Amino acid sequence: MIVRINPFAALEDIGRRRFILGSGALLSASAVALLAGRPALAAEYGKKKGADTQSDIRILNTALGAELEAIAAYGVGAGSGLLQKPALDLALQFQGQHKEHADVLAKTVRKLGGTPVEAKSRYEFPTEQLKTQADVLGFAAGLEKGAVSAYLGAVPLFRERELARAAASILGDEAMHWAVLRQALGENPVPAAFVS
Amino acid sequence: MRCALAVTLALLAAQCGIAAGSTAFPGDPARGAAIYDRCIACHALAYNRTGPKHCGLFGRRAGSVSGFAYSPAMARAKFTWNAETLDRFLENPGRTLPGTTMGYAGIADPRERADLIAWLRQATTESPDCRR
Repeated sequence: MIVRINPFAALEDIGRRRFILGSGALLSASAVALLAGRPALAAEYGKKKGADTQSDIRILNTALGAELEAIAAYGVGAGSGLLQKPALDLALQFQGQHKEHADVLAKTVRKLGGTPVEAKSRYEFPTEQLKTQADVLGFAAGLEKGAVSAYLGAVPLFRERELARAAASILGDEAMHWAVLRQALGENPVPAAFVS
Repeated sequence: MRCALAVTLALLAAQCGIAAGSTAFPGDPARGAAIYDRCIACHALAYNRTGPKHCGLFGRRAGSVSGFAYSPAMARAKFTWNAETLDRFLENPGRTLPGTTMGYAGIADPRERADLIAWLRQATTESPDCRR
């Protein structure tokens, strides 16, 4: 049995928690700074907290933009008429999982006080190069491989460790997509012990 | 303000060839092609995606691809992309240009950066995608 989980569940109250922790820490730091006669230091501390959150929002929004593009890409693949079952079912399943990623990323951006990016009205894809089912699967595999690298590059940047953990959970899902697509293409599904 | 000044100075230094960058390694484009796979979640050579297109990258002012919505930080940048500025940026994008939306930790290995830059130099000028 597969249990559906929400990797961002620990972040359900992140906005409130940051407010409480942030304001609590700010108050005490402010008090110390003011007592020491250094109000500029207190202001600087508050700015740093805000900068951390803004940085996390930017990373989440970049990931959200890529997820929205992946949803559109799978839509193009599924609608191309080139995919036959069971590859078509796989594409639709993976598209659904990218939608789940996008939903939770957008909600998290909102919780942090940001504005989630929206899907573009138009995406460019190399459709002229997609002539067979293998072309579509290869294109999707490339995007999934890129997504693994993108999340790998994003995980260490999060200031909030729970965000890093949640992003790593998505990374794992993208890696499974990539492996399954490689298998469908007749390639070694797990070509190396590490990803980069 | 101090940070922005430091970034500007660092990038100017890189452009003037003062900073030791990827020039320490010749760079292998074949290996760089494999490293570019890390970029393809967000970038393509010929068209804008989550990140801007790469055709015509060398010699282009940062933040200047038409039709791409840059972060304010990149839009304000006043440097030109070349081997040195790319080397510095790719090592740690967020540190080199705070506020960039390129949420990527960077490529720590200077040889890998040199390989990627060698491939980018070749692909962004000579590939069929960029010649159209």
